[in-house]
Amino acid sequence: MASPPEQLLSASYALEYTYTRSVGPVIGRFLTGLRERRIEGIVGSDGKVIVPPTEYDPVTGETLEDFVEVGPAGVVTTWAWVSEPRRGQPLDRPFAWALIRLDGADTALLHALDAGDESRVSTGMRVTARWREETTGHIRDLACFEPEGA
Amino acid sequence: MDNPIEEIQTPIRLDYRYTAGGATARFLRGLKEGRILGQRCPSCQKVIVPARGACARCGVATKEEIELPDRGTVTTFCVVHIPVPGSAVKPPFVCATIKLDGADIGLFHLVSEIPPDEVRPGMRVKAQWKPREEWDCTLENIRYFTPTGEPDVELEGSAHA
Repeated sequence: MASPPEQLLSASYALEYTYTRSVGPVIGRFLTGLRERRIEGIVGSDGKVIVPPTEYDPVTGETLEDFVEVGPAGVVTTWAWVSEPRRGQPLDRPFAWALIRLDGADTALLHALDAGDESRVSTGMRVTARWREETTGHIRDLACFEPEGA
Repeated sequence: MDNPIEEIQTPIRLDYRYTAGGATARFLRGLKEGRILGQRCPSCQKVIVPARGACARCGVATKEEIELPDRGTVTTFCVVHIPVPGSAVKPPFVCATIKLDGADIGLFHLVSEIPPDEVRPGMRVKAQWKPREEWDCTLENIRYFTPTGEPDVELEGSAHA
C-alpha cells in the first residue's frame, strides 16, 4: 500500500561532471581565433572551406592545416525557434537555433540567433556575429548572431 | 599565437528532484533517530539494507522491518586517490562495502582512522556518528566507519560461493 504523500521525503539532487576536454591543434586554433574575435575555417582537399574547422579532410581523410578567416557575417540556411529557453542556453529570451553559412565558408555553423521574434527569422536572411565583451577562447565568445544591420 | 587554447571546461549538469519511496523514506527517517532499518524478504529470508520495499532477488514486497546494529564487516573496498569535486572528503580515502551484523547485503560507506593500505576484507568496523543534534534524514549522519579491533572474520565471499 502506498504511503500518504506527506510521509514521503524529497530533496534536490544535482548530478554534475566537471569535464576538461583537450581540444587538439585545429579546434584549439579555432578557439584561440575566437578569443581574438576572428572566426577561422579550414580549406578541404576539394577547396571547400569548413567551419568550424575539422582536423581531417571529410573526403580523403588527409590532415588539414590551411586556415582561412571567414565571416563574421553570413546567411541562415535553416533554423528552429526556441520559444522557451532553458537554463544554460546562450540567451535567456526566445531565440532561434540557426545553421549559419558564414561569408567565405561552404559549411554552416550552428549558433543562437537573437532576432527578437520568430516572424523576423527566415532562411536566407543575413546575420552577423555579436561578440561577448570579454573573450576567453570558447564558442561562447560568440555571444550569438543577430540580423545584419540590427 | 600566444597562449593557444589547448583545453576547455565542458561541465555537464543534471538537476533532479529525488523523491524517496515509502520504504526509503522510512529508512531515512530511521537514520534521523540513529536507527539503521532493513527489511527481511518473506521469500528468501535475506535481510536487505537500506530497506527498499522489495527484494531484488525474489521480486516480492518486503514488509518485516529489522533494526540493524551499527557495526559489521568490510566485505570489499577501494582506495580513492582522485578528489571528488565539491566533496569535503580528501583523498586518499576508503570506500567500503560493509555487511552490518544480521544483514545479507552490504552498505556502502567510508572507512577511516586507519591507513588505507591496512584496510582488508573481513575487518570488523563500527559506525562513527556525528553529534546527535546534526542528525538528519541521511546516511551522512554516520561520518564513517572505524576498526573495532575485533579479530577479522572469515567471509563467505560471493566470488567463492
